Amino acid sequence: MYAQMVKSENTDSGPELDAFQARIDAGEKIEPKDWMPAGYRKTLIRQISQHAHSEIVGQLPEGNWITRAPTLERKAILLAKVQDEAGHGLYLYCAAETLGVSRDELTEMLLDGRMKYSSIFNYPTLTWADIGAIGWLVDGAAIMNQVPLQRTSYGPYARAMMRICKEESFHQRQGYDIMMKMAQGSEAQKRMAQDALNRYWYPSLMMFGPSDKESVHSAQSMKWRIKINSNDELRQKFVDQTVPQAEYLGLTVPDDNLRLNPETGHYEFSEPDWTEFFEVLNGNGPCNKERLEARNKAWDDGQWVRDGMMAHARNKAARAAASKVAAE
Amino acid sequence: MSDHDTSPRTEWPLWEIFIRGQHGMSHRHVGSLHAPDAEMAIKNARDVYTRRNEGVSIWVVEAKKITASSPSDKGPMYEPSQSKVYRHPTFFDIPDDVGAM
Repeated sequence: MYAQMVKSENTDSGPELDAFQARIDAGEKIEPKDWMPAGYRKTLIRQISQHAHSEIVGQLPEGNWITRAPTLERKAILLAKVQDEAGHGLYLYCAAETLGVSRDELTEMLLDGRMKYSSIFNYPTLTWADIGAIGWLVDGAAIMNQVPLQRTSYGPYARAMMRICKEESFHQRQGYDIMMKMAQGSEAQKRMAQDALNRYWYPSLMMFGPSDKESVHSAQSMKWRIKINSNDELRQKFVDQTVPQAEYLGLTVPDDNLRLNPETGHYEFSEPDWTEFFEVLNGNGPCNKERLEARNKAWDDGQWVRDGMMAHARNKAARAAASKVAAE
Repeated sequence: MSDHDTSPRTEWPLWEIFIRGQHGMSHRHVGSLHAPDAEMAIKNARDVYTRRNEGVSIWVVEAKKITASSPSDKGPMYEPSQSKVYRHPTFFDIPDDVGAM
């Protein structure tokens, strides 16, 4: 999940809140100009922007391999995928902006660390197989979370999710395609694929957020339908879907406790190391510093372009107005 | 959506994007984006909203130029049409013998 540990708060009460809740319970969509409780607005801004930031920062680990993709075709595909991630970030920023926050404010809060992005993007991409593992596992986990969010109560968020889901399936399949090539390749390629699975398995499980027992904000968010399934539910679904895919590749999921429970039909598996999760979330992961530095540099280096284009637009408008006056 | 001539920020204005999906269909709102002017808004809309052949034509409108009805007007605005059921063809019973109509 691209939004983890989103704090949910509810400070409103009264007949307006009851009417609002009734609309949500009836499956109605809330639109930007509708009345909404302050807590709903705040929680959504946090959640949608964290998701948007994740899409944007998520370009960095993959961007690392664009210049070194093994073939021209792989390079073109990866470029298209990374461009999609930028697009997903933009859909989501626009959805957040309908709640009354500006794009610049959101960007500033990412750049100075007040807002978070998903823990998963603080892990490095050491080999080409990592690009496969990210598409397969990370995008796979994201899809698990995003498909139900198409039914979320906030209209602009639901619509952004629909566009994203349409494109996300390409991402996962291109990742699995890379993994298949590597897993069917030379011994060295197989080792590389296994190593990527080893390193990305638990961080992918962490994407869904902490266990339900510790998710203090889930109940309110679920009541508001801005969260549809619990963290553990989605994690289980992800494991059930992914383990057979790993078997097909001939790779081993790095978990000695993994076994199919014939009675429930679900896999039993080891929890990820939650201490590591909280460390990464708090800025102490392998690449947190590098990621934020890259975003800050991109923002600062782009300042003259943003200003220049705005100045050009103003001048052009002024020239058009002047020539209109001259013609009259 | 602040007025950019007076705002201390340099944020590009917000544009609403409408796309005609196929020939013969009308333009539909697909989302919004920031751009310095209309020309760039169209270029950005192409990259953001038509990466997979989703459109044959793009309209861009600066968001602040759109006037929208207010949700609280919903009752008085649309209620009158609800009482005029005779505006729908199914209001009239035409005997089967008459044939398709």
